[in-house]
Formats: sequence, structure tokens, C-alpha cells
Amino acid sequence: MRTAEVPRSGTYLLANAVAGLLTLLVSVLLLAAGGVLAVVVVGLPLLAGLALIGLPVAAIERQLQRLIDARPLPHRHRVPPEPGLASWLRTRYTEPGTWRELGFAALLMTVLWPVDLLAVVLGVTVPLALLATPVLFGTLGDGEQVNVLKAYPVTSWSQAFLSFAAGVVAAVACAFGLVLLARMRAAVARAVLLPRRDLDQTVVELTRSRVRLVDAFEAERSRIERDLHDGAQQRLVALTVILGLARLDAEARLRPDARLKADGCREADARMDDGGGSDADVPVDADGRLEPDGRLEADGRLEADDRIEADRLLAEQLGRAHDEAGRALVELRELIRGIHPAVLNDFGLEAAFADLADRCPVPVDVEFAVPQRFSAAIESAAYFVVAEALANLAKHSGAARGAITGGYAAGTLTVEIGDDGCGGADIESGTGLLGLADRVSVVGGRLSLSSPPGGPTRLIVEIPCRPFG
Amino acid sequence: MPTLRVVLAEDSVLLRDGLAGLLARFGHEVVAAVGDGDGLREAVAEHEPDVVVTDVRMPPGFRDEGLRTALELRRRRPGLPVLVLSQYVETRYATELLNAGDGTHLGYLLKDRIGHVTEFVDALNRVVDGGTVVDPEVVRQMLRRHRDPLAALTAREREVLALVAEGRSNLAIATELTVAEASVAKHIRNILQKLGLPQTEETHRRVLAVLTFLRS
Repeated sequence: MRTAEVPRSGTYLLANAVAGLLTLLVSVLLLAAGGVLAVVVVGLPLLAGLALIGLPVAAIERQLQRLIDARPLPHRHRVPPEPGLASWLRTRYTEPGTWRELGFAALLMTVLWPVDLLAVVLGVTVPLALLATPVLFGTLGDGEQVNVLKAYPVTSWSQAFLSFAAGVVAAVACAFGLVLLARMRAAVARAVLLPRRDLDQTVVELTRSRVRLVDAFEAERSRIERDLHDGAQQRLVALTVILGLARLDAEARLRPDARLKADGCREADARMDDGGGSDADVPVDADGRLEPDGRLEADGRLEADDRIEADRLLAEQLGRAHDEAGRALVELRELIRGIHPAVLNDFGLEAAFADLADRCPVPVDVEFAVPQRFSAAIESAAYFVVAEALANLAKHSGAARGAITGGYAAGTLTVEIGDDGCGGADIESGTGLLGLADRVSVVGGRLSLSSPPGGPTRLIVEIPCRPFG
Repeated sequence: MPTLRVVLAEDSVLLRDGLAGLLARFGHEVVAAVGDGDGLREAVAEHEPDVVVTDVRMPPGFRDEGLRTALELRRRRPGLPVLVLSQYVETRYATELLNAGDGTHLGYLLKDRIGHVTEFVDALNRVVDGGTVVDPEVVRQMLRRHRDPLAALTAREREVLALVAEGRSNLAIATELTVAEASVAKHIRNILQKLGLPQTEETHRRVLAVLTFLRS
């Protein structure tokens, strides 16, 4: 405790006492006037206005607390959605902050202010009176007698100085007492005005940030899908076109008629070489290029066979590359579909569910008629729940048949996935459903699972929402 | 093979050039190559091509603009040969296209098929000649939807259903198969359940089951 805190605490308590007294007066006046005038209706707004008395009281308290507490005491009032008195009143009457402040005002005018006042009065007067005893004894009492605090008489100087000494002790004690009381007082105000560290506000903020995250996640998914689709996928298709054409060329060279033509050319070339070589005035060289015709033709055929072999190899490799590119294309297409199905984007949930049911190895009946469209986050949440449910159905349930049912009614989108399998599914058991439950809860929906051992399994998604457009 | 005058709509320049080269290689003429739906509309009006080849997904929305434009062109000029290229196996796109007009002179091919150049050019010719071409992969997907309703039945259940269709009673069936009458009743319950027949009056469901059997 610092000494500067003593006058501040005193001021705080005194101001509070005054404020409490004023609040009491105003409240009583309003209550009386309102009660009397209620008969002629005018009084009713006055009584209603009484409920708002906590607003100025809390505002004063917030200001006063700055005297003794460095921590801010923020108000928890919402900003009215529209300008104007009506909107302001609606906001105030419907938020918990207003009622909390009214409660504080009630506490202040019934309990707190008399305590504050009493503490200040006693804490100041008692030490002062004791300290002043020697002076009073010498002046007013003429050195004979003075009544300290109108309680006990002092008749000698020694008693007077003893009283002074008691005053010093009392001053210190009262200073401590006042500071302690002020702190307690401030703590009470804080507890009433800022309960539970404003949990609901925190929850609202958390929910908002989760929604932002999911939206960002959704946007990122579509961006990745778009990039893959417009980039890698198109390039791969272009590549298969080039490879396809090259393969065509290579295979054309291997066709018998083409080969015959090529062989014919080669033979003609060989004959020309041969013709040139057989001229008598050209000396025969050591390499034996001018060997008899038969051997040369055999060489040419050998060479041609090599070329055909090379062509065949090339065609084979081109074919392999082509097939591989084709497989990559199929894989990429499935990958893109898994990231963000285009059919959901373009045609909505109904078509997307029909498509999921088509792909499921177990027969799945679809009785889901929802022509409406919803926000991307909602459609996507519902879609991926169904996708996951059908994947589980095919993998673990042992079901012979599944069904997707549901619809949109009274502001709620409902999808139910059922099967006649063995049951025993658990939302917590790492089936991927837990993450989906989170996604559904972010868009304000619920995921419920009923899967007793022995079946049947029913998974229900309910999302309160409004359709688009 | 006559020279075809082709209008090509594909937003990827790489693929557009590839396709144009491919068609030229087979002796066809690309009279216009455009990158979006509006361009496609204008090019068709201007060039009156023998065939339109378009991508499903195109600017500005990068959704199904190409498909929409193709449907619109078909409404305006029924019988205009249109070959739609797509990356989507989902049957919804193909169904939308095939429902346009009388369904002739239409094609829905996966882009994978372009790489199989002869297949692709052959498909193009068939579309021009009035045929309907659907990518085998998409057909497979479509067939999966119209599954055989009896596929879920066991061999014994089929046997029982065949005998029911012959008009025999449970007792007669039990005698024929040398099983207890109760197990015949159980088989029939399973059959009705697997065929997804609603639980109304027993006799009526039995007839429905027989009808399903006869239809398949």
C-alpha cells in the first residue's frame, strides 16, 4: 500500500456514498412518480426508465474505479444495430449488461453507500478528534477538561497527549481500513459488472473466428481445385494429345504398307549407291564397298530391320508414356473431385448426393428432394458428411443397402444416412466423423449418430439455415 | 472422310492449340477457336460450322458455362452437332446435355478421350453423322445408377422369387425346394425388404416383387 492510495480510497468511497445516496433519491422519486402516474399511463415509461438507472450508476463507477484500480473496467454494452432511440432501447433492454448494472445500482443504494459513508466519516473523524485533543484541551478546554469524541473526558495534559498518541495509531489503522474497504468495494463492483470474465462474449468471438476459419478453408479448397483443374489437368490433357499423335505416327511407320514403302525407298537408294559403285573407272577400295550385289542388299535389309526394331521400341515406349499419362489424368480427376466436387457447385446437394450414391459399391436409395441452394459452407458440410458416411457404410457396416433421405423444412436442412448393417459405429472412434461433426457445428448444425451393436445405423445432420436467393 | 468445319471453344490456350492441331492433322478445318461462352455463340452465328466442340467449364464463372451455351445453341438450332468435352464423370452433366432436343448429333466425352486421337476423331464424325456419343466411363457410371434391383438377392432368394412368380404358394415352394415353410416365409420377407417394397398389404407387395422380377 502506498500513501497516495489513502486519499484516493477516501475519495472513491465518499464519491460512491454520494452517488449511492443520489441514486436512492432519484429511484425513490421515479418510483413514486411512476407509481402515481401509472394510472394515467405516463407513469409506465418512468417505471420502465427506472430499469435503466444502472447505466449512469455503472458509468460513474467505471470512472471512479480509475482512482484506485489501474485495470480497466470495460462496459459490456452492445452497439445498437441501427441508429435511433428505438433500436438503442431494444438493445439495452435485451442485453444482460443492462440488468447486471441495474443489480449493481440496487446493491449500491441499499447496502454499499451507507457502509461507504460510515467508513469515511468514522475513518476521518475518529483519528482527527484524537489528534486534536491536546489543541482542544489547551484552547476550548482551558487546560481543565475536554470531552474527546463526546465519549470520554480528558482532564490532564498527560491524558491529552495519550489521546494524541492514540490518534496517530488510529489514523494509521483507519488509513489501512479505508484502503482495504475501497479495494473490497471495487472488487464487488467488478464482480457484479464483469461476471465470469464475460464468457458469452468470448464464446461469440470464438464461434465467429471458427466460422471465418471454415470459410477460409472452403475458399482455399475451391482455389486448389480451380488451380489443378485449369492448370495441371489441362496440361496433362495436352500432353496426352501430343503423345497420342506421336504414337499414331510411330504406329503408322510400323504398318506393313508404310514399311514396304520405306523399304522400297531404301532399296532404291541402295541401287543408286550400287549403280554408282559399279562404274569401272572408280577404283575398288579396301573397305570392299563394291562387293557383289547380294551382300550389299543383305546389309541394307539388316539395317532396315534394325530401324524397324527401333521404331517398334519407340512406338512401345510412346504407348507406355501415353497410357501412363492417361492414368495420371484419371487419378488427378478423382483427386480434384475429392477436394471439391464440381457437381455440388453447379447443381447442388440433390445431384451431388445422387452422384455419391452412384459411386457407392453398396446400393443406396436416394430420397432427398431439395431443389434449393445453400451457402457453400453449408452445402459442403452436408456433402462431406454424406460422403464420409457412405465410405464408412461401404467399408465397415456390412450393409446390403443404404438410404439417403431428408429435406428442407421450417428453416432446417435435414439429411439422414441409414443402412441395414451391423451397427456399432462410434463418432469418436476416429472414423473421420468427429471432424465432420465439428464442421457441422461451425455452421450451427448438429450431427447425431445412432448405431447400436447389431444395427441399424442412422446418421442425421440437421443444419438450421436459409436457402439462397 | 469429308473436311469438317469446326468451331472450337476451350479456354486453355495449350489445349485449344493441341485440339486445333489434332483436327488439322485429320484434315478438318477449325474455322474459329474461342475461349468463352459469348465467343462461342458469336462464332457459331458467324461461321455456321458443321460441328461445335466445347469445354464444359469456361470463363467467366468457370462453372458449366460451356454446357449451358451448348444447350442454348441446340435450342436455337436443333440438330446442330455438338461435342462437349468435360473433366466430369458425374452423370448429371451428360444427362443435361442428352436431354437437349431429340438427343441426336450430341456427344459427351471426357477430356481423357482426346488423347486417344483416333477414338476422338471417330466420335466427332459419329456426332456429325447424327449419332449420340457418350464417354464409356460416363456410361459405366450411368449404368451403376440403374442397377439391377435383383442384384442384392441371394441365389436361393432368386429361386424363391422365381417360384413366387410362377404363382405358387409358400407351401408349394417349400415342398419344391425341400425346406420348411417358415424359411420360405423368411426368404420372402428378405426379398421384399431388399426390393425396398413398402410394408403395406402382404399380397400387394408379393405382386410388386413378381413384377420387379419379370421386368428385370
